[in-house]
Amino acid sequence: MSGLRVIVGCKRVIDYAVKIRVKPDKTGVITDGVKHSMNPFDEIAVEEAVRMKEKKLASEVIAVSCGPIQCQETLRTAMAMGADKSIHVEVDAATYENLQPLHVAKILSKVAQEEKADIVFTGKQAIDDDCNQTGQMVAALLDWPQATFASKIEKANGELTVTREIDGGLETIKVQVPAVLTADLRLNEPRYATLPNIMKAKKKPMAKKKPADYGVDVGPRQSILKVEDPPVRQAGSKLDSVETLVTKLRDAGLVPS
Amino acid sequence: MSSVFTKLSANAKSWCRASHMLMLARQQTWQTAALSSKAETASKSLFSTEYKDMSVRLPADLLSPEEQMMKDSVARLAAEKIQPYVAEMDEQSHMRQDVIKCLFENGLMGVEIPEEYGGTGSKFFMANIVIEELAKVDPAVSVFCDVQNTLINMLFIKLGNDEQKEKYLPRLATDTVGSFCLSEAESGSDAFALRTSAVKDGNDYILNGTKVWITNAEHADVFLVMANADSSAGYKGITCFIVDKDMPGFSIGKKENKLGIRASSTCPVSLDSVRVPSSNILGEFGKGYKYAIEMLNGGRIGIAAQMLGLAQGCFNHAVTYTQDRKQFGQRVFDFQGIQHQIAHAATLIQLGRVMMCNAARRHEIGLSVVKEAAMVKYFAGEVATHVTSKSIEWMGGVGYTKDYPVEKYYRDCKVGTIYEGTSNIQLNTIAKCLEQEGLI
Repeated sequence: MSGLRVIVGCKRVIDYAVKIRVKPDKTGVITDGVKHSMNPFDEIAVEEAVRMKEKKLASEVIAVSCGPIQCQETLRTAMAMGADKSIHVEVDAATYENLQPLHVAKILSKVAQEEKADIVFTGKQAIDDDCNQTGQMVAALLDWPQATFASKIEKANGELTVTREIDGGLETIKVQVPAVLTADLRLNEPRYATLPNIMKAKKKPMAKKKPADYGVDVGPRQSILKVEDPPVRQAGSKLDSVETLVTKLRDAGLVPS
Repeated sequence: MSSVFTKLSANAKSWCRASHMLMLARQQTWQTAALSSKAETASKSLFSTEYKDMSVRLPADLLSPEEQMMKDSVARLAAEKIQPYVAEMDEQSHMRQDVIKCLFENGLMGVEIPEEYGGTGSKFFMANIVIEELAKVDPAVSVFCDVQNTLINMLFIKLGNDEQKEKYLPRLATDTVGSFCLSEAESGSDAFALRTSAVKDGNDYILNGTKVWITNAEHADVFLVMANADSSAGYKGITCFIVDKDMPGFSIGKKENKLGIRASSTCPVSLDSVRVPSSNILGEFGKGYKYAIEMLNGGRIGIAAQMLGLAQGCFNHAVTYTQDRKQFGQRVFDFQGIQHQIAHAATLIQLGRVMMCNAARRHEIGLSVVKEAAMVKYFAGEVATHVTSKSIEWMGGVGYTKDYPVEKYYRDCKVGTIYEGTSNIQLNTIAKCLEQEGLI
């Protein structure tokens, strides 16, 4: 297995530290002027792909992002971390609001085929929609094996040995290449973009494409009816004895009388 | 009424003339174009325009995409790798090894060192971005980085011969900390009255004396010591010597127990008949005084960046609190009186920032910054003092406790009016510049 060609999906999301606010008309959350950055799990995927290149397991890392023009900043960050080139699949802001994992999965699959990729790597989920679907859908569309929630990736012979974080603990599996991987939190700690790398990233190529170039229809299949804040948390109360607790639980109909 | 306001109205006459002159000077050399909203996106493609192209003039504080990326990267690094340890480092008056290592690993200690020596290969403005972002989180870490970048590295880059550059720059970029030794017990503002002597002995010089208030001394391995090698020539005998920590006779004294920037080590340093080869003279013999003055110009802009970052960091904490805290049925932020104070503080910080960006850009293209550096360092110190003081008030009781970060900024800011040239010295420098320019 000479150097693998790795596609990394990078989604631009609202920065994890920002306090999310719902739009007054309840059609979505406020994104205008709000700080955005690369989905943290995608960053972990980029970092792993770059490390694979440093270990000579991968030969090329290509970052891909679907969305409005600001996604180019996300791609520049990926290139500053070490990706060799990037592809921006432009989707206008209005369409982007209803862009679903299946749309993105279709695009990523076509990119993977065009770029003759060996690995499609994404974060396990995006922190804005928490879908946890894109990676799995790509595997289905390409009929590739998948190793999701990866917390450790090793290569031996023609295969990848991946440790997965699952509900019961850890599961270690072997997948043959080409494969889809999704990154979990403990896979690695992403590097900071250093200035020399930021300067180098300026010279790296960024291809500008549209979904139509890949024959993918990104028309909306659903519409958002309403977005609301979660209900305000009620204050708890301190009780003085177990008996009081049981009485209160009974009164609330939470335990059989 | 804020202390800055009082000072401003008291010095109104000279202040107005100074700012009027500042405006004239700016118009002559730096006409800023009014940016329409469309130009904002268009301007991104203009970053390939050289400064020499006078057809489009950009605001001094507008960052190029690379500068913005670097700013975001340092902000993240500071929030993730430094923020968790700020209180601990301040209390123990100790800078953690892993924090120092992190700065080196990310190229932040060698911003202007050329790439061929393993540095980041960037320019002065970029160093200021780093200093400012670090100061928002911890002004002590910021000054640690500032001294290395604006004083030590610059002295080697500008004055070092090939041998010295090859020996020290790669180390300064990767793992070696440097200290700048000028002040003595009897010579602070009166720097050139220094008494550390360098007596020639064959091909060497024997250095004797004690330096005080030396930043980074605890962590440094290389020291740039200003000593007088020809006392008959007065200050024109002051020469800059490279002294390695392990040279016999060289010792570092006990760390000062300071009010603020406590994680930054400040120690006296003793030279007891330290034998230094003449090949360790940095630059020319007897020109030390000149180098000190020139380097301190850049250093002052760096300190201004630190003070403004400090003010901004403190401001962010305090204002966020006022947006949460409710009294009399509304947020503290919603009271008009508070809004006025917050707006005033924000205006002062912005003013300082723009002045700092302008001075840094001027310095980068080789324009004189003697007056601008003095002005911005003086002003930034005042702004930091005012904003930190107000921030504690806006937060009320909690601002007064160590559980919240603002009291640290309040303590840290005081040194800004003292080191690298006291505020009074800055004002004297400004007055001298005004006179030289023939306008008063």
